[in-house]
Amino acid sequence: MNMLWLLIPVSLLLGTIGLAAFFWSMGSGQYEDLEGAAERILFDDEDVPGANVAMDDIGQRDHDS
Amino acid sequence: MNRDGEELLLASRPLPAGLRRTDLAVPGIHCGGCIRRIEKALGALPGVEQARVNLSTKRVAIRWHEADGPPPLIGALADLGYEAHLHDWGSEQPDKQFAKLVRALAVAGFAAMNIMGLSISIWSGAAEETRFLFHWLSAVIALPALIYSGRIFFVSAWRSLRRGQTNMDVPISIGVLLAFGLSLYDTIHQQPHAYFDASISLLFFLLIGRTLDHLMRERARTAVNGLGRLVAYGATVVRDDGTQAHVPTSEIVPGMTILLAAGERVPVDATVVDGRSDLDCALLTGESAPEPVQAGATLRAGTLNLTGPLTIRAEATADDSFLAEMVRLMEAAESGRSGYRRIADRAARLYAPVVHGAALLSFVGWMIATGDVHRSITVAIAVLIITCPCALGLAVPMVQVVASRRLYEHGIMVKDGSALERLSEIDTALFDKTGTLTLGKPVLHAAGVEPRYLAIAAALGAHSRHPYAQALAAAQTGRGPTFDRVTEQAGLGLEGVSDGDVWRLGRATWAGGCDATSTPDDRSGTVLTCNGAFVAAFRFDDYARPGAREALRALGGAGFGLAILSGDRAGPVGALARSLGVDAFRSDMLPGEKTAHIAALAKEGRRVLMVGDGLNDAPALAAAHVSMTPAGAADIGRQAADFVFLRPGLDAVPFAISVALSARRLIRQNFALAVLYNLVALPVAIMGLVTPLVAALAMSGSSILVVANALRLRERGASTRTRSEGIAGVPPLRVVPAE
Repeated sequence: MNMLWLLIPVSLLLGTIGLAAFFWSMGSGQYEDLEGAAERILFDDEDVPGANVAMDDIGQRDHDS
Repeated sequence: MNRDGEELLLASRPLPAGLRRTDLAVPGIHCGGCIRRIEKALGALPGVEQARVNLSTKRVAIRWHEADGPPPLIGALADLGYEAHLHDWGSEQPDKQFAKLVRALAVAGFAAMNIMGLSISIWSGAAEETRFLFHWLSAVIALPALIYSGRIFFVSAWRSLRRGQTNMDVPISIGVLLAFGLSLYDTIHQQPHAYFDASISLLFFLLIGRTLDHLMRERARTAVNGLGRLVAYGATVVRDDGTQAHVPTSEIVPGMTILLAAGERVPVDATVVDGRSDLDCALLTGESAPEPVQAGATLRAGTLNLTGPLTIRAEATADDSFLAEMVRLMEAAESGRSGYRRIADRAARLYAPVVHGAALLSFVGWMIATGDVHRSITVAIAVLIITCPCALGLAVPMVQVVASRRLYEHGIMVKDGSALERLSEIDTALFDKTGTLTLGKPVLHAAGVEPRYLAIAAALGAHSRHPYAQALAAAQTGRGPTFDRVTEQAGLGLEGVSDGDVWRLGRATWAGGCDATSTPDDRSGTVLTCNGAFVAAFRFDDYARPGAREALRALGGAGFGLAILSGDRAGPVGALARSLGVDAFRSDMLPGEKTAHIAALAKEGRRVLMVGDGLNDAPALAAAHVSMTPAGAADIGRQAADFVFLRPGLDAVPFAISVALSARRLIRQNFALAVLYNLVALPVAIMGLVTPLVAALAMSGSSILVVANALRLRERGASTRTRSEGIAGVPPLRVVPAE
């Protein structure tokens, strides 16, 4: 019983981290082009998702809301 | 600044720090190699900060510095062999709704998973103290999820209630909220049962249905929007003082003088002041033969100037032009269709009162029988939850997503689910002629043409973008003679010099070789002359689409009424109708007459499928019960149509109908399953025997059943695939450039 007080918060915390990670990845435009991402993994040059043009939309979106 | 640059500037969007963003639709992107080549080539252009390809949507987003002027993006892509279209920002907003749905779905899924985990230990007989703790934990997880994910339903239900109507979201919202409220009450009072799991997993399942529905519409929309555009962004205007300026189409006023280069679209209705050329009116009239124009001729907005530069005078503003008129006609026609109610909504109208009534009756019944308020409310909520259209919410979108996926694999795009429902109801199919039943592209009638002369004509024809010249060039595979110089006489033909001989290809009256014995047909035809002496005449035909005959026969055999509506003359329409085996046809129809014809059929109670492509068909497409269009159609037509088929074969029409029919059958089966499930579950719920465990099992069970049934629509085995790849061995259209 006492273990529950530890394990439940831990499991909830882990789940929340996963959910937060999903929200972040979606917000940073990583799901904008799933097919392209599958191809880009083969490119050698640096690909910085933060500098993505898709980010323009995100900026716009944050602006609106 | 050149003209392309001006267009680019007008279609771009300002960003902070002196940057601008341009989006190009590039339908030819298809692999990782394309991404690399395009990003590298565009990134190397002066002023470009970054180019990013999106393979899924086949678009390129480019950020460039405003100070350096617009980079030659389209030219650079053309050098790589990709055709690019400017993407208009006005027509589309980033899709916020979808992101909202996915987020709501993620939160609901997270909450449902955790609460279910806690519930399982409760069902397995957790001690009272643990159960109490777990109920509280469930409540803490459920509340934010309910607020975040549930608002999609609550907002819609509230909107509907305020108008005095009820939709599927009303019983969902009431059920979920009541279940949560009562569970909270029971948790506080340490009762044995709580329905947190039921209320959240209900949200989760329903959100899956919503998201799928939205995803399907979104995919078709982005695919259709990228194909091309008809309206010029701007035009080169000559001011009174003789200076030239590039102004947006919306700022053109009647009386302005406009310079129209070859290859540009006419921005507004206008008359020709100077110059001669040929106009491609195919998208407007559906007529594939180009129309020669010279000073004094009237031009309609949206037509394409093919061969020579023209000086034209604007006669109308963009809002009064032919194109805008067609859009208005279309909007008027479309309003007639909005009366259609989707199956799910119709079901909800019957279903919601029954559910509410049953819940209310069980509450009253239990009150009379026991007088226990808490018990009665519990039973009423159990009835609401167990009958909540969880399976119904999935029943329709799941089938439609699978069906649209199947159509997509065969090169057919569906706008939304209701289009599939409407397609399954039709009893009449109407077809446009040029561009729909035919390919809308002239093909050389090769019989009786001497190969030697054909080679010469083809070599000349390769120098022009006139459709007949290109048809000649396409008809010849080998190498023709080389010419010292080739000049194009706009609106007349081509002239080339080879070994001292002057060859002319074009209108008979200009090229020479006409004499008193020539028939009018000869005079209007295309001829090849050598030093003014007649050598060969060419005839062009517009051939029927592959599979047209078989498709029409299949439709006729299935009992659909068939007819051809065309704006073309009676002769060619009749000939085509006979060759395709269609009895009913009407010719010389104006756009308004087509709409009127469809309206008249609708009044007789017929459900009409319209298949057409031209701008002149757009109002008819909008007016029909459901509509299809080939991918080569005017963009307005593509916007108006419910289905767009990308491959040349007309077998797409019977195929889409057969998929729509099987989708309807599966939806009905799903409804039957859901009703059957309710017949079993409802008495159990009314008797008050539904525990949270039973509710969870019943809900998931029925949802899985419905989804599994929908998946039956997928193709089984390769045999069906090879058959549908094309009728009579016609290969599918390749939209990718050859490597």
